Amino acid sequence: MSVDEAVLRVSSITKTYHLGNVLLERLSKNKESHSALTALGGIDLELRKGEILALVGESGSGKSTLAKILVGSVAATSGDVFHEGSPVPARRGKDLTRRIQMVFQDPYSSLNPRMSVGSVLSELLLVHKIVPRREVRAESIRLLNRVGLDADVLDAYPSQFSGGQRQRIAIARALAVRPDVLIADEPVSALDVSVQATILELFKSLRDELGLSSLFVAHNLAVVQHLSQRVAVMYLGRIVEVAETAELFANPRHPYTRALIASIPRMTAESVNDDFVLEGEPPSPFNIPQGCRFHPRCPFAVQACIETDPALMPVAAGHDSACLRAHELPTFSSFPVCQEVL
Amino acid sequence: MLETPLPGVTELPGVTNLLSVTDLTLGVKRSNSSTVIVDSVSFDVATGDRFGIVGESGSGKSMTLRAIANLLPVGVQVMSGSIRYNGQELVGMNRGKRRGLMGPEIAMIFQEPMTALNPVMRVGEQIAEGPRRHLGLSRKAAMDLAVSMMGRTGIPDPARRALAYPHELSGGLRQRIMIAMAISCRPKLILCDEPTTALDVTVQRQVLRLLEELCDDFGASLVFVTHDLAVVNQTCRNLAVMYAGRMVETGRVKDVFRDPRHPYTKGLLDSAPDFDQPHRPLIPIPGFPANLANRPNACAFAPRCPFVRDHCLEESPPLAPVEPGRDAACFYSDEIFKKVTV
Repeated sequence: MSVDEAVLRVSSITKTYHLGNVLLERLSKNKESHSALTALGGIDLELRKGEILALVGESGSGKSTLAKILVGSVAATSGDVFHEGSPVPARRGKDLTRRIQMVFQDPYSSLNPRMSVGSVLSELLLVHKIVPRREVRAESIRLLNRVGLDADVLDAYPSQFSGGQRQRIAIARALAVRPDVLIADEPVSALDVSVQATILELFKSLRDELGLSSLFVAHNLAVVQHLSQRVAVMYLGRIVEVAETAELFANPRHPYTRALIASIPRMTAESVNDDFVLEGEPPSPFNIPQGCRFHPRCPFAVQACIETDPALMPVAAGHDSACLRAHELPTFSSFPVCQEVL
Repeated sequence: MLETPLPGVTELPGVTNLLSVTDLTLGVKRSNSSTVIVDSVSFDVATGDRFGIVGESGSGKSMTLRAIANLLPVGVQVMSGSIRYNGQELVGMNRGKRRGLMGPEIAMIFQEPMTALNPVMRVGEQIAEGPRRHLGLSRKAAMDLAVSMMGRTGIPDPARRALAYPHELSGGLRQRIMIAMAISCRPKLILCDEPTTALDVTVQRQVLRLLEELCDDFGASLVFVTHDLAVVNQTCRNLAVMYAGRMVETGRVKDVFRDPRHPYTKGLLDSAPDFDQPHRPLIPIPGFPANLANRPNACAFAPRCPFVRDHCLEESPPLAPVEPGRDAACFYSDEIFKKVTV
C-alpha cells in the first residue's frame, strides 16, 4: 500500500457548514451544538490506480460532500487532497480540473438542455485543447462509441434521450478530457434495473480497458459488491470501515457495516437475514454524539465506546475498522444480537 | 386466472377476494386518437394478501394503482374494465361515495413523503384529518388517535413530533407519518407506490417490517408497486410483472423468482445484481422500452426478446396459465423454460 499507488489521496479532511444566521443561533436553545453542521469529521482515504473504490453510507453521512471536495467543487474546511503524491491547491488549475472528472446522479438535470450532444463534447475538446479543431468531430464520435452510442446522436439534444442514454452522454462528457480519475455520485440510482446493468458494465470496461480509477458513491450494496474492488463505509462524516469488497462483505469488522449488510433486501427468500435490524435513525450532524458516533445505535456498545472516539485502525491486511471492539465482535455467519453487552 | 383464486389463498376457507381488477384499460383520449397506457390488466387480491406489481418506468404499474385509488392524472381515464372492491364496483361509482371509501376502506402510501404531505400543516393535524372526517371523531379524540398511530409506527416521542411540520422530520420519519396517516382509519386495503425508494437501506428495512406487521395486526391487504425485485421478494406473497402496460407474468413470488416463465421476467432477474451471487454476470436487456403510442399487434417485448420467433410479431400473446397458479403471456413459455417441444 505505498503512497505511489494512490492516484488520489485525502488526509484529515473536515468540512463544517455554519448556519451563518445570527437570529437562528440566538433563537436556538442549544447554542453550541446547533450552530455548526459537521459534514465530514476527518477523512483519510486513498484511491488506488486502476481500481473502483465504492463509498457507501446512509444519506447525510457525507459521501456526496467528500465526492465534491475531491472534484474541487466544494472546498474542505481543513485537510489536504493529494493527486499522484503532490498536494492539490485550493484553486485548481486547468490541468488538475481536467484530470479529476465527475458523473452526477441525475442525468436529467446534469446535462444542459439547450446544448446538443456534439456541442457539449466539442466545447470541452476545444477548451482543454485535447485534439486539434479538425479532429473534434472524429474524437466526439470515438467517445460516443466508447460509451455505446452511435455517431448520429451528435446533433440530438438531451431531451431526446432516455435516462440510461443520458447517463452515457454524461460519462462521455467526463471522458472527453481524458481524466485519470472519475468521481461518480450515485450514477445508477436514478435508472431502471435493466439499464443499470449496462451502465455498471460500462464502468467495468472503463476500468479494464482504459485503466481508469473511479470513486463510486452508492447506497445499493448489491451494486457495490458487483462492481468495486474496495469499499469504504461512511457513517456521520467518518469512514468507519475500509476493506477489499469480498473481505468486507464476508468478514465485516464494524457493527454499522454489519447492520447495513443485514438490511439488504435479498433476491432469494432463503437468505433473508432477520437477525439484526438497526433501530432509530442517524443522529443529526449538528449534534454528533460524544465518543464513538455509532454508540447510541450499536448493540455492542460498552462504556469505553461512550468515552473514546475510535480512530480507523488496521484489523487485518488491507482492512481498517473504527471500532474499539473490532476484535471482539462475534463471527458474522452466526450473528444474533448479543444481549449481554447491552 | 380470474376465476381460480391464487394458490395459498385457496387453503384458507371462506376467503373472498377483497379487490378484483378485471380487464382494466387506461388511456389518454385525444380528439382523433387515443393511447392505451394500461391494457386489459386483471388481478385479484385476497383479504390479508400482499400483492406486488413489478415493472420498469412506463410499464403502467403506478397508473394501475392510481386507478384503484381514483387518483389518475388529468387526461388519463379508465376506458374499460372493472375494479371491484369488496363486492362494489368502483368504476363509475359516484364521486362522493368513492371519496368516502378512501381512508376507512382504501388508503394510499406515496413514494415521496415530502411532496405528499402538506408543508404548512402540522403532521399531527394531517393525520387527524381522516379520522375526524370519516370516523366522526372530535378534534381532541382525533389528535389522540393520531399520536397513538404515530407511536404505533415506531416514531419516538410521538406527542412532541405531532406538532412538527414535515420539513422538520427526516425522510424515514416522514414516511412513517404517511403510514400513520394511511392506517389511521384502519383501512382494509393499503396501496403502496414505491414507499421505500427514497429511503436508506437500514430505514427501508424498518419501514418494510412495519408495513408487514401492521398488515398482519389489522388484517389489511397490501398492493405494493415497486421496481425493486428484492423488495418484492421480502414483502409480497404474489406478484405480477408488467411490461408496456400489460401483465406478462403472475404467480407466487417464490415460484416466479426461482423459475421465471416469461423472457422479460428472466431478463429483469438476470440484469439485477443479487447480493447472494456476487460473481454472476449482469445481463442487460438489449434495446429500449416499447413505445406505447405506436403499438403493433405483436408481443410488445418481441424487439428485445432473445427467443423471438415469427409468430411473436404477428399476434399479441394472451396471459395464459402455464402451471397451476402461474400465468405468462408468452407463446413459447413451455418451450423456452421447460424445454418441451410443442
